[in-house]
Amino acid sequence: MKDEKNIVFCRSGGCSAKLGAGTLRRVLEKIPQGHDDNLLVGFSSSDDAAVYRLTEDLAIVQTLDFFPPMVKDPYTFGQIAAANALSDIYAMGGEVKTALNIVCFPEKMDLTILGEILLGGNNKVCEAGGILTGGHSIADDGVKYGLSVTGIIHPEKVLKNNVCRAGDKLILTKPLGIGIITTADRVDKASKKAMAQAIKSMIMLNKYAAEALRGVAVHACTDVTGFGLLGHLTEMLDTKVAAVLHYENIPYIEEAYAYADDFLITGAGQKNRNFVGDKVHFDNVPFAMEEILFDPQTSGGLLAAVAPEDAETALSAIRELGMGCGIIGEVVAKKQPLIIVEK
Amino acid sequence: MVTVDARGQQCPIPVIWAKEAIEKLTGSGVVMVFVDNEIAVQNLTKLAQQKKYKMRSEKLGESEFRAIFTIGEGDVAAAAEAAAAEKTICYPDGVKENTLVVIKNDMMGDGDESLGKTLLKGFIFALSKTEILPKRILFYNRGAFVTIEGSDSIDDLKSLEAQGVEIMTCGTCLNHYGITDKLAVGSVTNMYVIVESMTQAVKIIKP
Repeated sequence: MKDEKNIVFCRSGGCSAKLGAGTLRRVLEKIPQGHDDNLLVGFSSSDDAAVYRLTEDLAIVQTLDFFPPMVKDPYTFGQIAAANALSDIYAMGGEVKTALNIVCFPEKMDLTILGEILLGGNNKVCEAGGILTGGHSIADDGVKYGLSVTGIIHPEKVLKNNVCRAGDKLILTKPLGIGIITTADRVDKASKKAMAQAIKSMIMLNKYAAEALRGVAVHACTDVTGFGLLGHLTEMLDTKVAAVLHYENIPYIEEAYAYADDFLITGAGQKNRNFVGDKVHFDNVPFAMEEILFDPQTSGGLLAAVAPEDAETALSAIRELGMGCGIIGEVVAKKQPLIIVEK
Repeated sequence: MVTVDARGQQCPIPVIWAKEAIEKLTGSGVVMVFVDNEIAVQNLTKLAQQKKYKMRSEKLGESEFRAIFTIGEGDVAAAAEAAAAEKTICYPDGVKENTLVVIKNDMMGDGDESLGKTLLKGFIFALSKTEILPKRILFYNRGAFVTIEGSDSIDDLKSLEAQGVEIMTCGTCLNHYGITDKLAVGSVTNMYVIVESMTQAVKIIKP
């Protein structure tokens, strides 16, 4: 009776449930910011996680992420939510140490479902080399799950998301299209194969991509989640440099293209378009590809700006992980528009 | 006139319902879609732009919007035709998913060299004319000589490529034989792609 264990779908799951970046920025701007010399990365820089220096050679990396389900199977959802939360540590170049569960769960729902979600989450924390140390749960209308994660890093080896240089090659380590495919699945229009590929990608820890990038000159790194490739790339360029993307080299799950053409697209994708669309020039890019580039990702891949001479080596190592990946473009000197997408 | 009430529905539902209502019209007609947020209006606008449908929208209240599609005679058929035309370009019907052809030498079979070369040329020609095409053709070791300038098979390989078949030649092999700059068709590949192609192929054909 597997069906009984399905979680009820929320209005929009995964990272599609994020508040729009524009809305969020307006609120955050009004919050007074404290100052501490040991806070190496804080929320002023819209980075993936906070980094706080404890000693000369040790800093902690902190992050948290949680969201409503975007798949029906609770164990899989637990794995995805955990992989997604852990990802921010890897995007900063850190190592996972401890994690706390964040749970919202309806009082009347079958608790074995919660058990499976937590089991899936724990499985990924263990795989990451960390340990679950506790958590907090709230009775709520819908299911939400995620983790608060603490990692460690050397204070001088922090991979910020906004320090790429002109000439860098941009590498993406997982295929896009996750939001489109999970949305298609929500209305029963996704093929089993597409959904299986999306899940395989979402539950894969970015740990392996981060390890593959070790030893090459990575100048900046972030993970691609709710704001889509173009949203996160905009943050990475930080108005200091610009970028040219070659859409034929951008990996995506094959079915996402046809689904986008059938308008199986999210509100969150359109919010991303509203937020960064005016910074992007599309040079003869098919509509479906535009949608894929704005598509919100759940547990998406790392987007790394790598020294050009290291790009091929890095890509070969990442390709071994068996995910769609590619050198998707390059960073160029500051110009308008900020991002050009071409053939 | 058809009315679609998609208030309280998250994307993509409003767009899917609008699209279905439009496609159900026989010939011309008007489809009015009610939604409760601006983002849904924007997604409906994209539908109109892509399908070249006439649409206007208006805000009726704090969270009430109306999009009106005015569909002309033949509009739906034209959109379907355009979509079908695009699909033939992207996915040739004949391409058989995950069939891989591996060419590991510049001749077919062992034995007389000139016979072997003639056979291989014939094989590639016949392959380019078959109905069910492979997804990809890999060339390695002396196979690299088949994709370079001066090879008898370039035209046939270009025809295959134009039909959507991926032509890939091993970069190490091109380097080894010093013919990298002579590659005349397809792209250069590496051992990761070769391994991936082989392990994921449903069928591997080695002439």
